[in-house]
Amino acid sequence: MQCDQIAELLPQVVDHHERADASVVRHVDSCLRCQAELAQYRKLLRALHQLRTEVLEPAPGMLPAILARLESAGERGAVRSLLSGRRAAYVGGLAVATAAAGAAGAIVLAGRGRRKMRVA
Amino acid sequence: MPTDLADLVAAAKGGDRPAFDELVRATYAEAYTLAYRLTGNEEDARDVVQDAYLRAYKGLKRFRGDASFSTWLYRITANCASTHLARRSRDRHEDLADDDTLVDQRPEIDPELRADISAERSRLTEALQSLPPDMRAVVVLRDVYDLPHEAIAAELGITEGAAKVRLHRARRRLRERLFPLRGELREGDGEENVRAV
Repeated sequence: MQCDQIAELLPQVVDHHERADASVVRHVDSCLRCQAELAQYRKLLRALHQLRTEVLEPAPGMLPAILARLESAGERGAVRSLLSGRRAAYVGGLAVATAAAGAAGAIVLAGRGRRKMRVA
Repeated sequence: MPTDLADLVAAAKGGDRPAFDELVRATYAEAYTLAYRLTGNEEDARDVVQDAYLRAYKGLKRFRGDASFSTWLYRITANCASTHLARRSRDRHEDLADDDTLVDQRPEIDPELRADISAERSRLTEALQSLPPDMRAVVVLRDVYDLPHEAIAAELGITEGAAKVRLHRARRRLRERLFPLRGELREGDGEENVRAV
């Protein structure tokens, strides 16, 4: 394999997440240029990994802004659930009233029917 | 009031709102750091962090605790940043060209105060900011925050293969910029780039 081909593969194999082909390993073992390039990739990965320990300082107003947004979302959610609860109660009430009216109508009709039969 | 993150998560899942606020206090600087690294500027990072906590709050009941709360939050932050950057790009408010170099404007990164910060980190940060956002996201999530390829692909809405390709390209660009080999020196890079990170 040529150095150019190996160079394409080095970013893939540097963290050992992907296994290097035996021919790649053989080439790197015998090529100072590719060894140097691989060493630079390793250095890059170490430096990137070290960035993990760095925590940036957010602007002072950020925390109150996040908490305020959560608060307002919480209030909106509460209002929504209250409204949906009221809507459910309203619809339920309508259903009960309709059922009651239907039942009363049925009783009246049944009573009239019985009276007609007695008259006859 | 519990102080351990796991206890706070458990309390917040049970509806304890102050416990969630405490979680925010304990983690927001880290979430901001990730958002800043992904978006490249303070304003976008602030929006992304707010969105991320709102989503975390709404989805907390679905958090199973397989990973740490921080890792879960990183995934949400990455997803919010991806959405935010895609929306911004669509709106064409601010297109980021591949070769744009974002300069950190915060006081602690200003030239006068930069002496306190290691030159290596500063150069690395600048190199990261010079990457296109989609490449930067993958390399930050993988090589800085150690998220698995699968999670990165899921949060960025791309295939695992695409995530890997972006990662390898990003590593190559960073390596060429920070550690150029002989023959890779670009005009203007000069001595500064030869000094290793």
